[in-house]
Amino acid sequence: MHSTRSSVTEMSTPLLSIRGLKTCFPTRAGLVTAVDGVDLDVYPGECLGIVGESGSGKSVTFASVIGLVRSPGYVADGSMQFDGIDLRGLNADGWRTLRGRDIAMTMQDALTALNPALTVAEQIEEVLLAHATDLPRRGRRDAARARAIEMLRLVGIPAPDKRIDDYPHQFSGGMRQRIMIAIALSCRPKLLIADEPTTALDVTIQAQVLDLISDLRRELGMSVVLITHDLGIVAEHTDRVAVMYAGQIVEAGVTRELIDRPRHPYTRGLIGLIPRLSDLDAPIKPIEGQVPELIGLGGTCRFYDRCDFRASRCRTDIPMEAAGLDHQVRCVRVEESLQ
Amino acid sequence: MNETQSPLLDVRNLEKVYHLNSGLLQRIARQPALNLRAVDKVSFSVNAGETLGLIGESGCGKSTLARTVLRLHEPTSGSITFDGRDITKLPHREMTALRRRMQIIFQDPYASLNPRKSVEEIVGLPLSLHRIAQRSEIRDRVVAMLESVGLKSSHLGRFPHQFSGGQRQRIGIARALILNPSFVVCDEPVSALDVSVQAQIIALLGSLKRELGLTYLFISHDIGVIGHVSDRIAVMYLGDIVEIGPARELLRAPQHPYTRALLSAVPQIDAGPKRERVKLSGDLPSPLAPPPGCKFHTRCPFAVERCRQETPALRKVAGQGMVACHLEQA
Repeated sequence: MHSTRSSVTEMSTPLLSIRGLKTCFPTRAGLVTAVDGVDLDVYPGECLGIVGESGSGKSVTFASVIGLVRSPGYVADGSMQFDGIDLRGLNADGWRTLRGRDIAMTMQDALTALNPALTVAEQIEEVLLAHATDLPRRGRRDAARARAIEMLRLVGIPAPDKRIDDYPHQFSGGMRQRIMIAIALSCRPKLLIADEPTTALDVTIQAQVLDLISDLRRELGMSVVLITHDLGIVAEHTDRVAVMYAGQIVEAGVTRELIDRPRHPYTRGLIGLIPRLSDLDAPIKPIEGQVPELIGLGGTCRFYDRCDFRASRCRTDIPMEAAGLDHQVRCVRVEESLQ
Repeated sequence: MNETQSPLLDVRNLEKVYHLNSGLLQRIARQPALNLRAVDKVSFSVNAGETLGLIGESGCGKSTLARTVLRLHEPTSGSITFDGRDITKLPHREMTALRRRMQIIFQDPYASLNPRKSVEEIVGLPLSLHRIAQRSEIRDRVVAMLESVGLKSSHLGRFPHQFSGGQRQRIGIARALILNPSFVVCDEPVSALDVSVQAQIIALLGSLKRELGLTYLFISHDIGVIGHVSDRIAVMYLGDIVEIGPARELLRAPQHPYTRALLSAVPQIDAGPKRERVKLSGDLPSPLAPPPGCKFHTRCPFAVERCRQETPALRKVAGQGMVACHLEQA
């Protein structure tokens, strides 16, 4: 995506490549540009973290990728290439074959995303019968059921052969999240988009679910996009990360490098407000102010009003610039602000 | 924390049991009675001016405990002493009067504010309910309160939907503090907020505590937040306090296997050496049928036969903390 690139990514071509993505929602107050000029690459086998607060555009970016932007919202501009396919040129049939088979997404809230009127078996088998190409012609249903049980075992549901005929409400929150992951992974997708897979879960269950996603990524060799607001999760589970603010990526890079040497004032603010268990004396420094309304923005840095380092030259559209090896930042005052 | 002073709040063997299937129809249908012991003979105290943090996973009984302490739920047994006075059986009217000194800030700033009332009405209501201020004074006191939580007098006539989540939580804080309470339960006050807003509210609660000399019982499932606001921390599991002690000590050297599992599961952004992960298997058991012996033994990687038989009591260990575990090295 940019001139400098680490050895990890220079060899392979990206599985998913997004350029200049712009997604808008008409509202009574005006046109909300929820995603404004996002460039992203996801490489085979990697885990990319997308971090940002609510309204930063992280979920809408990937709703755009998977063609599920809720009407009246629409993708206004940009290109999205997935494994040689132009996603913006896909028709309904094209989407049906791609979604669930090659790209799968798990939603934030597992209880509302699962169908309460269908058993877990029916929900996993439905995906398999629609997409799995390697099921035998004869006894397809039996094979699908066997595969569904195997998936539940893979995600760590005890007694999967019995539990598979239960309904979603008979499972705990953590178990429902696992079932959703099982559905998403049942056709061995090349890309898993996990949207806040653990926000509703307790920490011990969260750790189990995230470990599961990491293990399966290694086992199945898929790519994972992990959308989260938790920098701790990003630090422990992702290879690269993009930080979003008010519809734009403001900083992107290799996870460890970005967290250890954040350049953008917003990223530094975000890191500064994580309560650290390792240092209880470190004060939590709030970022004052609020995220701007996403209407009629442009011609200025979006973090301007909240930034300690704002200057007159921030009053323009700021481009992403290389800030090191595979590290880009959208700030013109990096040098001054680091002093 | 001052050891010699008498605690502002002292809770002994507090128990809260919900009787399920006790309705008329269920009794006619002869469904078996079910007892859900949400809080199981819990004892702790909170000293004036300190913050006691309460952590535990969802369903462990932390919110029920806090609400029972305020007698928003009636305790089944045990005693609650507030400022030297036994309030366990205090009649309704006296309890209402006492609530001026015991307040609560709720988790959900969306559901806990009446959407049809203006900010002035919401924040001023406790004053008129308790007949503390003249009608003419109410507005002045509301304005002063709004300013101390970072809102403006121009917000008086607005309604909850016109505010962001963080601002709504500020309204909830103003409502809780306008009566000048000494003890405040903060029930997951920042869980519904974005991280940058969360930090603003934590900072606000901290400065209000110092200015007004408040005592907090602070509930959160976010251990990072608890670590930063608490003087002492209590850890709950299935209705029991399994470990309690000074915040630093408990976070640095957690004793109970559950506390260790909980802390080691928190994702850390620092590179440094990782805490040794204590992995738990399985889910929280049903509180309707808690395991016998130590309730944690079904998920504890160190459980031995004794843990399945005998319920451990809180006991002193090295340092100032207490832990409910049979294991020697715990």
